[in-house]
Amino acid sequence: MPPEPGLCFAASFAPALLDPARSTPELVTGPNGKAAGRRYDVYRNNVTVSLIDALAAIYPAVQRITGVDFFRAMARLHVRSNPPTSPLLFEYGRDFPDFIEAYEHAQDLPWLGDVARLERAWLDAYHAADAIPLSPARLSAVTPDRLADLVFIPHPAARCLRSNYAAVTIFAANRDDAPIMRIDASTPEDALITRGEFDVAVRRLPPGGAVFAHHLMSGRPLGEAAAAALEAASEFDIAANIAGLIEAGAFTSLCCGDPS
Amino acid sequence: MSTIKPAPPAALPLRFATPIGGVAGTSFKPEHLPAILEAKNRRGFFEVHAENYMGAGGPPHRALEAIRRDHPLSLHGVCMSIGGPRPLDKAHLARFRGLVARYQPALVSEHLAWSTHETSFFNDLLPLPYTAATLTCVCDHIDQVQEAIRRPLLLENPSTYLAFRESSMRETEFIRAVAERTGCGLLLDVNNVFVSAANHGYSALDYLADFPLSRVEEIHLAGHAEQADNEGDLLLIDSHDGPVADAVWKLYEIVIRRRGPVPTLIEWDSKIPDWPVLQAEAAAAQAILDRHQSAVPAGERHAA
Repeated sequence: MPPEPGLCFAASFAPALLDPARSTPELVTGPNGKAAGRRYDVYRNNVTVSLIDALAAIYPAVQRITGVDFFRAMARLHVRSNPPTSPLLFEYGRDFPDFIEAYEHAQDLPWLGDVARLERAWLDAYHAADAIPLSPARLSAVTPDRLADLVFIPHPAARCLRSNYAAVTIFAANRDDAPIMRIDASTPEDALITRGEFDVAVRRLPPGGAVFAHHLMSGRPLGEAAAAALEAASEFDIAANIAGLIEAGAFTSLCCGDPS
Repeated sequence: MSTIKPAPPAALPLRFATPIGGVAGTSFKPEHLPAILEAKNRRGFFEVHAENYMGAGGPPHRALEAIRRDHPLSLHGVCMSIGGPRPLDKAHLARFRGLVARYQPALVSEHLAWSTHETSFFNDLLPLPYTAATLTCVCDHIDQVQEAIRRPLLLENPSTYLAFRESSMRETEFIRAVAERTGCGLLLDVNNVFVSAANHGYSALDYLADFPLSRVEEIHLAGHAEQADNEGDLLLIDSHDGPVADAVWKLYEIVIRRRGPVPTLIEWDSKIPDWPVLQAEAAAAQAILDRHQSAVPAGERHAA
């Protein structure tokens, strides 16, 4: 719907904000007939720099890996082609991991997109709804004959991510300023992301653990999840994995599939 | 079957009893939380950008609850796009209303600016022309916000770098008309006055003389940076990245002398200093407020 007469200013003002090829909009001016170019550029700069800063705040490990100049050049392209659609900046950059994977200058860092996905999941876990994690005692109270039918309710902050690369190790090594040891990037790693009352935790899952966690977090019963995990990894340890997920705070509740 | 049990919206024990009166406050930055909680000095209020607390849960809400327990809170929206031609974002308005209900802030404010157009959010406070058409639109938006939050909103004067050819009103005239039509209060950003006056070549004192001071319920002070325009003349940038300039302090004292002590906020949003530095800026504002605590607003004062 076109704006009413007298309200077209935003439609004229906005398009050049993120497009350096466009000239300064006609409708603005400096005082006493002075030029508006450098003045309009203040807004262009505010918009572009603040959105690049927003991506840098969401993806600090990616920035540490690439270096600031590389990161900001990559982020600038992304900001111009994919500006945020929500005023909540912590929601921004969901498509940045895909953008990184397609970015021509990042092709020799094939794991960088997965590191970015971990950082995005970290922030989602950070802002997720509060909920009290499942107490391990709840599982101990279930009789063995009902274990296979158990269904778990995932915690709003819990997420599971799989990577063909050592994304978890690379992520963990780059989230602070500590020196980095040599990492073999080619080892596939899966991550479990959870949050208690305060801190987000990222754990590496053992073989089969991601299949198991994914099934349980999708509401599949324990028996089915364990069978799928064993198929994925014959050494899969059901007891250790379910204890690990509960201890990490991946669930809030459990119930028996049987409605009785 | 058990269901997910979200933490109940905290019924916060409010330890302070009185409104924030002539008190100085600062922007709340999470990195200062430990120092703030350790401090014995409980005077002062904190202002937060509403959007940073619009997530469902997690540490931001723990921090805000901790701050809110002992201090008055000012909720400052930056993304409502009140000055834009588009209808307000209903979902955003609902989130804003939810925060007001949850944290019961002493002050609630937004900007005379816009930040969203079509589907893009520009994350900046963009300017608008001052015309009869934009006046109607802004008033309509403020009516909607005030209806949603069930209390008056404080509207902040912008800092601007350029003007619109189509503008037919002065900014002060526009703001006065908005306040009269909607009944909203005003947040006077003295640094914005100084920045805009320099950028547009008018007198900050003239602007303040024309500003409806009796409606001002909060004041902002912040640092600015210097650049140049096309002609090489000084262009001031509202950067919030340093201490308040001496000239802005002087303007501030003039305002307080005329208006009486109103809650005053030191804004510092980037290159954030250690807590004592920010606290010292607030103490400087508090000293000025204290000097005028007994002052009566100018309109009610008898000639000496």
